[in-house]
Amino acid sequence: MTTEHSSHLAEALRRRRWLISAWPWRALAYLVTTVPIAGFLAVGLLVIGGPMLPVFSTLRRHGRPPSIALMLFLITGSVVLVALAPLLSFAVAAVERWRVRLVDGRPLASSPWPGLAARYRSAATWREVAYLFWLGGFTPVAYWVFLILVLLDLGMISSPWLAGDANQPVVIWQPIDSTGEAIPYAIVGVLLIPVLWYAIGLLAAVQAAVARWALAHPVDAAALREVARSRTRLVGAYEAERRRIERDLHDGAQPRLTSLTLQLGLAQLDVPEDSPAARPLAVAHDQARGLMVMLRQLVHGIRPQSLTDLGLAGAVRELADAATIPVTVHADPHDELPEIVETTAYFVVSEALGNVARHAGATRADVRLTRAGGDLVVEVTDDGHGGADPARGTGLTGLADRVAAVDGRLLLSSPPGGPTVLRVEMPCRR
Amino acid sequence: MSSVTRVVLAEDEVLLREGLVALLTRFDFTVCAAVGSAPELLAAARDHRPDLVLTDIRMPPGRRDDGLRAAVALRAERPDLPVVVLSQYVQTGYAAALLDSGDGQRVGYLLKDRVAEVTEFVDTLRRVADGGTAIDPDVVRQLLHRPRDPLAALSAREREVLALLAEGRSNASIAGRLHVSEAAVGKHVGNILLKLDLPPSDDTNRRVLAVLTYLRADPAS
Repeated sequence: MTTEHSSHLAEALRRRRWLISAWPWRALAYLVTTVPIAGFLAVGLLVIGGPMLPVFSTLRRHGRPPSIALMLFLITGSVVLVALAPLLSFAVAAVERWRVRLVDGRPLASSPWPGLAARYRSAATWREVAYLFWLGGFTPVAYWVFLILVLLDLGMISSPWLAGDANQPVVIWQPIDSTGEAIPYAIVGVLLIPVLWYAIGLLAAVQAAVARWALAHPVDAAALREVARSRTRLVGAYEAERRRIERDLHDGAQPRLTSLTLQLGLAQLDVPEDSPAARPLAVAHDQARGLMVMLRQLVHGIRPQSLTDLGLAGAVRELADAATIPVTVHADPHDELPEIVETTAYFVVSEALGNVARHAGATRADVRLTRAGGDLVVEVTDDGHGGADPARGTGLTGLADRVAAVDGRLLLSSPPGGPTVLRVEMPCRR
Repeated sequence: MSSVTRVVLAEDEVLLREGLVALLTRFDFTVCAAVGSAPELLAAARDHRPDLVLTDIRMPPGRRDDGLRAAVALRAERPDLPVVVLSQYVQTGYAAALLDSGDGQRVGYLLKDRVAEVTEFVDTLRRVADGGTAIDPDVVRQLLHRPRDPLAALSAREREVLALLAEGRSNASIAGRLHVSEAAVGKHVGNILLKLDLPPSDDTNRRVLAVLTYLRADPAS
């Protein structure tokens, strides 16, 4: 299931509509707002790092440091820098987490202030510090390179006008004296605009990815697992509950209703046709019969009994039997499947075959149940005219929700003219 | 038909069991035993050697198809034992299992709802006890739904006749149902057997079973 809305930049970059979407502008905004922060950090690094370079070259040439005072200054500076970095990085990281939302819709959780000592001890802190160095050291270089490329391109585009000044040859790769000579350059320059437009996105995406990696507050994996487990438990409990309701109805309510209807039928035998009781009795009998049908459908909707009795493959074969077109069923022998997966698979096939009968204009359909790794794969294929559209409310969205509830995926291929293939993959962890 | 039909009845829900006992007694069947589980059914049927077994499908101990399995086991021991099975919902596979048991005759497969049509239900029981076969109209309809080329050759009226035939009705009964002469029905049946490439025979059961066996065949094969 693809959506037209990308949640973040890297995803949007892969879409065809990138150039005309709002994303490049968001990327540009991200890059532009980076400049003051990266600039501020770069200056800080230069103040410390700048004098380091001559020191190292002097060391290499003469084998001794230039002067004690300078060395002291540099060492003190470095120590202070490293000591203050975690404090500074806390503020910068907060701003950066907020700013990354320009190009990434996925929230980046921040950590609260953990206390001074803990701040220096945690690995996350030093990841943030590394990010500081990256932002102040590497980013400006990349920006300069990019800026030069942009200026070069602007130069190429404007070269025909500049070359018009006869005494001012423009140099791109070689001197240009006339407008005519400059035109090809201008054309290439215009053609390069989309490339630069993509480059902006790429630059921003790389930067955002680094920010995500460095600033993501480490999530408690154990808690996540626990959440996933409790969800599984919930779904399992829900399924057990459905089963209980189905059993109570089937073993309790249904036979009693049948018995009631039977008694009414017996009573009718002994009531003469012309008796005033005959008509209400006949009506009551009819109503009870209608209720029996209704209750049967209700119970079937809760949990198909054929599933309980025959297992998934058998129940699917029954569905195929009831279909109005020929349906072949291919089922691998299964080991025990989780109940919820079984029920979901059953309703997938039931709904899919219903759709085939209603919309596809098919002459035949195939159902395949296979195991792939730890997954159960259900495939329903028909030779109808295709064009199935989940948005047109063919029950596909509800089906997808059902499949998602067991952590599965629903895939649909239905080109106009067919064939339609519905594929559902569901993990079978117990 | 023997003067009195002796029945062993199995149904786990007490109220319905009592209702069925009342129904059977009222129509002069003798209920030798009314039980509530598959093992009890096996024991009772072996003890009483009844003329008819009437059983629910989903029963203790397994609460799955225990009743049906017991019925099939009984017919393995006594291939001519008449058995009527009640099913909460249509399941062609069950009908098939039943028709494949014993001598393939004297079986009934009915939806539980049919119990409400008291007189029709009793007629069906008698038919099976007398050596006939009764398959629920809903099951037959589902079988007929299957688009198969030979079936496509049948006219609408022939399909109707086939459906009634599959319920185990006699030509006279079909004629009454469709308000046509018995001779016309005979002609329809002959045509059906011809079109379905089945050898003509006077034996209603054989015709029904042949038709059902044919219909049960996997449409893809």
